[in-house]
Amino acid sequence: MATTEITRTIDARGMACPGPLMALIGAVREGTLGDVIEVISSDEGSKTDIPAWVQKARYELIEVVLEDGYARFIIGKTR
Amino acid sequence: MPDETVSLILFSGTDDKLQAASVLTVGAAAMERKVNIFLQYWALDSFRADRVLKDHGVAPEAGEAGLGAMRDQGKMHWSDLFRQAKDLGEVRIYACSDSMEMFHLTLEDLDPMVDGIWGVASFFSEADGAITFI
Repeated sequence: MATTEITRTIDARGMACPGPLMALIGAVREGTLGDVIEVISSDEGSKTDIPAWVQKARYELIEVVLEDGYARFIIGKTR
Repeated sequence: MPDETVSLILFSGTDDKLQAASVLTVGAAAMERKVNIFLQYWALDSFRADRVLKDHGVAPEAGEAGLGAMRDQGKMHWSDLFRQAKDLGEVRIYACSDSMEMFHLTLEDLDPMVDGIWGVASFFSEADGAITFI
């Protein structure tokens, strides 16, 4: 975890549900194997929706960082 | 446990209900659930190609404040969310044949996101779980 290099950041703050999740899905689809995608979301629903989707779609949730008024999700495109 | 198909009957044609239904559909598609949508009455009317983007109003309980709150949220339009859901997963939208007759419509009158026309029995033949009526 010490040297996770983020390959793409999506700032989805201000987007209403399900906007941030849709932005993440789009980035994962466009990305290549090994990509590490960061999504920044201020939508409360993202806190449960993004982990649920990542698990369902069998990618890796590397980290969730709760900040003041938003959260950062780090996702690995592992397949 | 295999995931059940999500079966939605859209009856109301107001923008708030269509908005809520489109969010449910996108979420279900993202979670790899098959979604079948059946359009009846006023919902079908809102899917007419020349009426999709017009103002369809909101449910009476919304009131002035509710309408304002909905507009301020700045969500994508429900028609765009339904298109996104179709792009994301297995989402099919069918028009009720009976409502089509009531409005004297053909498939060409509807937005292209509508996949076809179904009788009620066809809808039930594809519905393998609970049905949600909106």
